[in-house]
Amino acid sequence: MNVHASPRRTGTRAVTALVAGIGLWLAAPAAQAMTIERVVSPGGIEAWLVHDSALPLIALEFAARGSADQDPPGKPGVANMAASLLDEGAGPFDAAAFHGRLERKAIELSFRSGRDYLRGTLRTLKDNRDEAFDYLRLALTEPRFDDAAVERTRAQIMSRLQRDTVSPNDIASRTWWATGFPGHPYGQPVNGTIDSLPSITVDDLKSYTRRVLARDGLKIAVVGDIDAETTGMLLDRTFGALPAKAKLTPVAYAVPQGLGRRIVTELDVPQSVVNFGGPGIPRRDPDFMAAYIVNHILGGGSFSSRLYREVREKRGLAYGISGSLIWLDYASLLLGSTATRADATGQTIDLVQQQIRKLGEEGPTEEEFVKAKTYLKGSFALGLDTSNRIASQLVQMQLDNLGIDYIERRPALIDAVTLDDAKRVAKRLLDSGLLITVVGRPGGVSPTQGGVAASPSPAAKPGQAPASHE
Amino acid sequence: MLKPLTILAALAVAASALAGAVATAIAGAPQITHFTLSNGLEVVVIPDHRAPVVTHMLWYKVGSADETAGKSGLAHFLEHLMFKGTDKNPSGRFSQVVATIGGQENAFTSADYTGYFQRVPRDKLKQMMEFEADRMTGLALTDDVVRPELNVVLEEQNMRVANNPAARLGEQMDAALYLNHPYGRPVIGWRHEIEQLDREGALEFYRRFYAPNNAILVVAGDVTADEVRTLAEETYGKIPRFGEIKPRLRPQEPVQQAARTVTLADPRVTQPNVSRYYLVPSSSTARPGESEALDVLAHILGRGANSRLYQKLVEDKNIAVNAGASYDGTAVDNTRFGIYGTPKPGTSLPQLEQAIDAVIADLVENGVTAEELERSKSRMIADAIYANDNQRMMAQWYGASLATGATVDEVRTWPDRVRLVTAEAVQDAARRWLDKQRSVTGYLIKAGRPEEKRS
Repeated sequence: MNVHASPRRTGTRAVTALVAGIGLWLAAPAAQAMTIERVVSPGGIEAWLVHDSALPLIALEFAARGSADQDPPGKPGVANMAASLLDEGAGPFDAAAFHGRLERKAIELSFRSGRDYLRGTLRTLKDNRDEAFDYLRLALTEPRFDDAAVERTRAQIMSRLQRDTVSPNDIASRTWWATGFPGHPYGQPVNGTIDSLPSITVDDLKSYTRRVLARDGLKIAVVGDIDAETTGMLLDRTFGALPAKAKLTPVAYAVPQGLGRRIVTELDVPQSVVNFGGPGIPRRDPDFMAAYIVNHILGGGSFSSRLYREVREKRGLAYGISGSLIWLDYASLLLGSTATRADATGQTIDLVQQQIRKLGEEGPTEEEFVKAKTYLKGSFALGLDTSNRIASQLVQMQLDNLGIDYIERRPALIDAVTLDDAKRVAKRLLDSGLLITVVGRPGGVSPTQGGVAASPSPAAKPGQAPASHE
Repeated sequence: MLKPLTILAALAVAASALAGAVATAIAGAPQITHFTLSNGLEVVVIPDHRAPVVTHMLWYKVGSADETAGKSGLAHFLEHLMFKGTDKNPSGRFSQVVATIGGQENAFTSADYTGYFQRVPRDKLKQMMEFEADRMTGLALTDDVVRPELNVVLEEQNMRVANNPAARLGEQMDAALYLNHPYGRPVIGWRHEIEQLDREGALEFYRRFYAPNNAILVVAGDVTADEVRTLAEETYGKIPRFGEIKPRLRPQEPVQQAARTVTLADPRVTQPNVSRYYLVPSSSTARPGESEALDVLAHILGRGANSRLYQKLVEDKNIAVNAGASYDGTAVDNTRFGIYGTPKPGTSLPQLEQAIDAVIADLVENGVTAEELERSKSRMIADAIYANDNQRMMAQWYGASLATGATVDEVRTWPDRVRLVTAEAVQDAARRWLDKQRSVTGYLIKAGRPEEKRS
C-alpha cells in the first residue's frame, strides 16, 4: 500500500493514502484503536475508511451538498421527493424489481434529504458487496422516476403532510422556521407543503438530481470488512460516472429573524408544544467549542442540564426538554423544545427564558463546567455504537472540515476552553432573545402575535397572565 | 433528551423486529455465556470486543401486566422513581456519575418487563453494577420527589397518547382485543389511575418484584464471562434471594367469539386509516415452529415494499398510500398480529378493508410462493447478522427474550428455526390465526365540526 501525505491523489491504480491512524477510544486507553484511513480512488474520489473485519458486513454513508436549500422558491419539497424516489426504480429495474433484488440479498439502501445535504446509507453483507455497490450506482446515476413511482411517492408524502398539518410538533417547528427565515430557503419546509407537492414535476426532480449529484460535493465514509484497495475500486465504479461538478444555486447566509416574538397557534390538544430558539455559533467560529459546552449545561443530553433539572426534575412540568446547537451551511442556531400541559405553558416558558437569561448573565459554575467537559469528552466515542453511526460521524467530520485526526485532537480542544471563555460565550450565545412558537391551547401565554388556528375547533380564550419578559 | 426514555409499548414492537433479528448460530457470531448466581440472578454475557465499551442492562421480570387491577401504570411509574436515589447514593448520584463519564443510560417498561441500562467505558462496569445492585433493594423515596415525577409521567402520557389520535385508538383497540388479560391495559396506565399512584404503592410494588431471583443481568461488550461473573458476585451476589416470587399467572383470554370494531373520531384526523389486531400465540405460548411461521407470515404479508399488502394495495390497485403487517412474538402470553392500511384519497375505509381481507383470503387459500418464502427467510436471517453490529440491540433482544420465558439456546437458534419454516406452515398459521373472531378492527376517522361554543 502506498502511503501519501497529499489528500487527493489520482493514479492509474488504486492509490491509497493512509494519512492518519486514529485511536477512537480515548475514554479507555489501553484498548485497541480503530484506524481511520483516507482512501483516494484512482479516479480521485475520496472516502474515509475504517477497516474492521470483526463482522461480515459493510456500511457506507455519504452526503452530497445541495438539498432542500436548492428547492425553487415557492416549490419546497423537490429535493425530498427526489431523495425518496432514488430507490424506487433505477437502470433496468422498476421499483418492484429494484426492491425485490435488494431484499433478496438483504441490502439496505436509503436516501434522505436535509436542509443542506442529500444523504445516503448503504448496508450490506460482505458476500453481496459488489452487487450492493452496483445498486447504489444505479440509484445515483440512473434513477428512473417512473410515473407510477412518482405518483405513489407523491401520495405518500401528501398523506404525511396532511397528518403534519394537525401535529403540534410539526406546526411548532414549521412556524419557527418560517418566521425565523422569511424569504430564505430555510423558511420553507424540507418535506414541502400540501400546496407545493402537486406542482412538482418529473422535470423538477431530474433537474435537481442532475444539478446536485456530482463528484465535487460528495463526502463518503465506509466502515466494515473491506480494505482500502477494494474501497478505492468500488468508489470509482459507484460514483465515477457522476459529473465532476455540481451546479448549485447560491444561498445567502442568514440569521434568524423574529427574536422576541412569541407566536401561538391554536390547536385542540391537552399538551402544548413549545419551540424556542435564536442565533447559535458557527461551527468554524473559535468560540464554537465553548458554546457547545454552554449548550450542554443549558439543555444538553444528560440528566444534569439546567432546563432538565428546573423544568422536569424539580417541577414535573414536562417529560422532555432540551436545547441543541444547530450548524447549517448558511445559518447557525440554538434551538430547543418542550411540551407541557395547557395550564402550565406560561409558567414553563417563563422558566425557560429565566434559565437562559441567568446562564447568559452569570455563566456556568465551575462544577457544572468541569462536569460538562468530562461528559462531552466521554460521550463522543460512546455514541459511535454501530458501523453506520461511525460512518455518519466520519461524513460529518468531513463536512465540518475538522480533519482526519479530529477525534484525537478533540479532548484537547475541549480542555482548552476556560471557564472565562464559557462565561463570555454564554453571554454571546444567550443574550439575543428568543423566537418562541407555541401550539396547543396554552394558558398564561400572551402571544406577541396570534398564529393561525390549525384546528376546526373553536379558539381558546386568550391567555390571562401577563406576557413574560423578553 | 427524553430520559428515562420509556419505550413502553413501542418496545414490544421493537423487540418483535429484533425477534426477527438476532442469532448467533452464524459465522463470526459471539459465544454467548449464561449462568445463574446462587441468589437466583440470571446472567448473560455477550462478547463484543470491537471497542472498549460495555452495555450493562438489568431486566426485571415485571411489567404492566403484573400490576394489580386499578393501579395501571404502576410498573412504569416505579421505573421513573428508580432514578430518585437510595440511602447510599442519594438523589441522582448514579445518573451524575454516568453523565460525568459521558455514558448513556435509560430505562424502559413493557407489559412483561422493566429494564435499566447504561453504556459506559469497560472500566466502569463494576461501578455500574454497584449502583444498579444498590438500587435493587435500596430505593429511598420522599413525597417531594414522587409528586413532581408523577406530573412528568402525566406529561409523558399527554405526549405519547393524549396528543395523538392514532395512539388513543391503539389503546382502545388493545382494550377491545383483550377481553380478560391485562395486556388490554396501556403500559403507561389509564390516566385516571396514573393520577392516583403514590409513593407507598410504588414501594410496595418494588419490594414485591425487585429481587435478584426475579432479574436478568445482560452484559454485552468488551468483557469476558469470567470477569462478569466475578464482578456480579461482588455486587449483585451480595443481595439475598427474595423468598417468594410467584409465577406469572395472569387471567387468560376466553374463547373469543366475536369480531370487534372500534372507531375513534377526532377533528384532528386528516389522514384516516384502518388497522386490525388478531390475538395470536407468542413465542412462549406457541406450539413448536408456530411463532417462527407467524414471523415469516408477517414478513411476507406486510414488511416493506415487496410484501403482499404493499404490492397489491399500494402498487397494483393503487388504493392505499401505505399498508403492512407486524407480529410481536416476544411476550409471556398470547400477543398481537397487526395489519394496517392508509387509504388514498377517494378510497373509503370499508373499500380498503375489503381489499386487505382479499389479500389475506388469497394467502389463506393459495399459500405463499417459494420465491417469497426464500426471499423473506434470507432477509430475516440476515437481520440476525446485522444485529451483531449493535451491542444494545443484542443485549435488548436476549434480555427481552429471557424476561418473557425463552432460553438463551432458543434465541441463539432462532435463525435455524426460521430456515425450517415451510410454505405449508405459513399458510397454516394464516388459516388458523388470522381469524376475525379473534380480532379487533380499528378505524381512525375525522370527526365532524364540533358545535361552536361561545362564552
